[in-house]
Amino acid sequence: MNLDFTPVWQGWPQLMHGAVVTIEITAASLLLGCVLGLLVGIARLDPSKKLIYGLATGYVTFIRGTPLLVQLFLLFFGLPQFNILLPAFACGVLGLGIYSGAYVSEIVRGAIQSIDRGQMEAARSLGMSYRQAMRIIILPQAVVRMIPPLGNEFIALIKNSALVSLLTIADLMHEGQKIISVSYRSLEVYLAIAFVYLILTSLTGLLLRHMEMRLRAGGVVQ
Amino acid sequence: MSSTASPIVAVRGIGKSFGAHRVLSDVALSVQPSQVVVIIGPSGSGKSTLLRCCNALEVPQEGSITICGTDLVKNGQLIPDRELNALRMQVGMVFQSFNLFPHLTVLENVTVGPRQLRKMSKSHADALAHELLAKVGLSQKAAAYPATLSGGQKQRVAIARALAMQPRVMLFDEPTSALDPELVGEVLQVMKALAREGMTMIVVTHEMGFAREVADVVMVMDAGQIIEAGPPEQVFSAPQNPRTRSFLQAVISRD
Ligand SMILES: Nc1ncnc2c1ncn2[C@@H]1O[C@H](COP(=O)(O)OP(=O)(O)OP(=O)(O)O)[C@@H](O)[C@H]1O
Ligand SMILES: [Mg+2]
Repeated sequence: MNLDFTPVWQGWPQLMHGAVVTIEITAASLLLGCVLGLLVGIARLDPSKKLIYGLATGYVTFIRGTPLLVQLFLLFFGLPQFNILLPAFACGVLGLGIYSGAYVSEIVRGAIQSIDRGQMEAARSLGMSYRQAMRIIILPQAVVRMIPPLGNEFIALIKNSALVSLLTIADLMHEGQKIISVSYRSLEVYLAIAFVYLILTSLTGLLLRHMEMRLRAGGVVQ
Repeated sequence: MSSTASPIVAVRGIGKSFGAHRVLSDVALSVQPSQVVVIIGPSGSGKSTLLRCCNALEVPQEGSITICGTDLVKNGQLIPDRELNALRMQVGMVFQSFNLFPHLTVLENVTVGPRQLRKMSKSHADALAHELLAKVGLSQKAAAYPATLSGGQKQRVAIARALAMQPRVMLFDEPTSALDPELVGEVLQVMKALAREGMTMIVVTHEMGFAREVADVVMVMDAGQIIEAGPPEQVFSAPQNPRTRSFLQAVISRD
């Protein structure tokens, strides 16, 4: 067996460019996922609000019960049938965002439910509305507890984002495949791609641990 | 119960069940301005539930509650949210487990209500909070976070937080039960001072000394009903109900 990494060195700038696109698309998706997840997570706190709860639960069930690739294709190939033509990048962010929103909503719900019931009672007993109590008392405490699992979600999303290469988005995976298509060096290039993903996820993990430690040191997290 | 002047809290014929478990039945209670009502009774008798009904943290299925003449619950129906929030500002609540807001400083715990709900300016609210913290003996802790306080200090902050809304009545649910014995006194001191100033109070407690000294009326609850009510000297020295007698005996022998 002879390994030849020359195509990797030669294609390194494209790979780096692809890595940047991967980070961009992951960050944008997680941002969208956080907005969606916050709304859906709060909607799923109260089963007595049947319509909202039902819609939110349906969304989470569908997203978590179907392959991400199918969801992406539904958007990428399905939307044009309604004459909705989105750029591939927007499609990728939308798809990954909707996907991560379902998982973020569970993080949001879990974090809110982990806040002692007495906090809501104390806030309401002062005269705050449910919304005020959520915004001023519950969410600021819950958000801190969301940070570690959100970090894990970010890492998972970096890896899942490789699927958007199938939507012609020039991410890390896609750039690698372009190099393979001219060099036929699959093993070497896929190893290189795996290595770059590993660096991205490891750096993110380190950053998160650092952040968590600072939050702990500041007494924000117990 | 006789209705003299207009009561601050009037509870009429409330009943409450959790599932099949009947926790309150046909409870009535009337608290006059500046009155201190102390509720005692065995565990599970419904004391907390009754108190929590008075600011609608629990809603009775039957009966009515008015606060300062305004309906809170009418025939088992809670008033709409908007009016409820306004009415709750008139009713301060102090919990057994303090429930301070851990992400806010002591000062912010006290100012958050007036600022958010009474739209008080920051300087005005801060001044009010400093005054209240001085009153509960915690001026020097204004910038601290709750996690750094002792239980007694936490409960005094919780009292200041409730007072900051300038309520017409204060509800206390076993405010000293979660405290180490040596910290009980400082909280009772603050409550006694409040009573002396004429604050209307309903206090659920096992502190019989406090009841004897401060209460205008002592009510004894058992199995979801008020089985006895009267001035402390009468309830403690000459209880009418045999169940009151056995409860008091149990409490005294435990102490
Ligand atoms: N949210 C709830 N759901 C179901 N049962 C409840 C609930 N809250 C209280 N109960 C039950 O109602 C009864 C009365 O409870 P409550 O807390 O009012 O008693 P208490 O007199 O305050 O007792 P303690 O002295 O132990 O605080 C208890 O049997 C309790 O288990
Ligand atoms: Mg109780």
